[in-house]
Amino acid sequence: MGAEDMRATAASPAADEPTGTVIVDYGVGNLFSLQSSFAFIGQPVTVSGDPAVIAQADRLILPGVGAFADAAAKLRENRLDALICQRVGAGVPLLGICLGMQMLFDESLEYGRHRGLSLIHGVVRPMDEVVPGELKIPHIGWNALHFVGEKHPIFKYCTEGDCVYFVHSYHGTDCADSVIATTEYGATLTAAVARGNVCGCQFHPEKSGRVGLSILRAFCEWCPDARPEDEKGGASV
Amino acid sequence: MITKRIIPCLDVRDGRVVKGTNFMGLRDVSSPVELARYYSDNGADELVFYDITASAEGRGLFTDILTEVARTIFIPLTVGGGINTVEDCDRVLKCGADKVSVNSGAIRNPELIRQAANRYGDQCVVLSVDIKRVDGSFRVFAKGGREDTGMEAIAWIRRCVGMGAGEVVVNSIDTDGVKGGFDLEMLDAVCRAVRVPVIASGGAGCTEDFVRLFRTLPAVDAGLAASVFHFGEIRIPELKEELRKNSITVRI
Repeated sequence: MGAEDMRATAASPAADEPTGTVIVDYGVGNLFSLQSSFAFIGQPVTVSGDPAVIAQADRLILPGVGAFADAAAKLRENRLDALICQRVGAGVPLLGICLGMQMLFDESLEYGRHRGLSLIHGVVRPMDEVVPGELKIPHIGWNALHFVGEKHPIFKYCTEGDCVYFVHSYHGTDCADSVIATTEYGATLTAAVARGNVCGCQFHPEKSGRVGLSILRAFCEWCPDARPEDEKGGASV
Repeated sequence: MITKRIIPCLDVRDGRVVKGTNFMGLRDVSSPVELARYYSDNGADELVFYDITASAEGRGLFTDILTEVARTIFIPLTVGGGINTVEDCDRVLKCGADKVSVNSGAIRNPELIRQAANRYGDQCVVLSVDIKRVDGSFRVFAKGGREDTGMEAIAWIRRCVGMGAGEVVVNSIDTDGVKGGFDLEMLDAVCRAVRVPVIASGGAGCTEDFVRLFRTLPAVDAGLAASVFHFGEIRIPELKEELRKNSITVRI
């Protein structure tokens, strides 16, 4: 659905009125389950591809399924890439989900080399480089989360070893500074990342039952410091 | 490590869940939404809905129910039955399904798999195959197991995976409804042939059948069943506890 269509259906907020949590609709994948998840936990969300609505969001969700190049191109179509980076710079918390998490990285090597948003430093690579040949790719199914370092606020209601639902063939690499959770699949894979007010999960919280819903809820409650940890004077990481 | 999945299957006709034994003698069980919520709250890793409705009116009821289910539960949903075109895939995905299961539709038009995989990705397309032994070979059956297609099952599965099927549900007609255990010989043959997740279906009668399935065939990713779950003969939390005791990784 394009921006024009959205204006007709979405609640049109006054110019400077915050629009709460906005799921960025850039024509990639089905947002029904994600929208239903937020409704279920009692968090109002707006699904929109309209830059005016996104610009007013208190929180942003960047979803996505499918191919990286295609998604990146669609995000650029309405200059949503620049807008998202600008809002993140202004301190708005952002959660990327699945391909939406991969979009946060510097680049992806999925069928070529494609530029991402560079909100998380690292590279998205094919999983078959590290996953042993006897294991199936995509990595589909429920796998356990292992927290890295101090438990990140989005995992506030989670326990080490909780299972979440994954579907992916590519994974985030060279992002050690930002990894907040991993999962084991013949190799240690990046399950979630965070840097400052940006976070992302490779798995699908909207398909991960009670655990997934708790992560969405924790994200909605999260009040991060806008500056990335590594840019804070004297902050320990 | 990735967990073995336990998947209840709900056959839906005119908005109600039914389950046949050897595909005959359907029996009304319960409301799809209530059952879906029950399973989601009680350890199911995924749900499969098969629409066995014949009428257009029933089909409309099914999509309404699917939407309601997808609003209520937050685990992966696979939908099958009456999927003959990419438009059919679109219809159920828009209602909140995550994967589309194709069976007779792919037999009629194998290109359906390629078209759906190109549009939604391989992970979205599940090949469901009803297989029966005929003259010592595994044969693909169509129309809910009533019609022998004459096609050899392993070659058919290989071909479909080559075109983009991201998972395979192997339903053994020989063991379905008999409750004597999964068809390990058939499943082993499929696991050796393809590198995508394989879901075992047909024959589960007791907890031990699932233990035997995953211990004998570690390459099998999931076990699917219907009536043993619907009638409470196997309770999923207890099943998973038993699997765990047998060193099989499951989501508790």
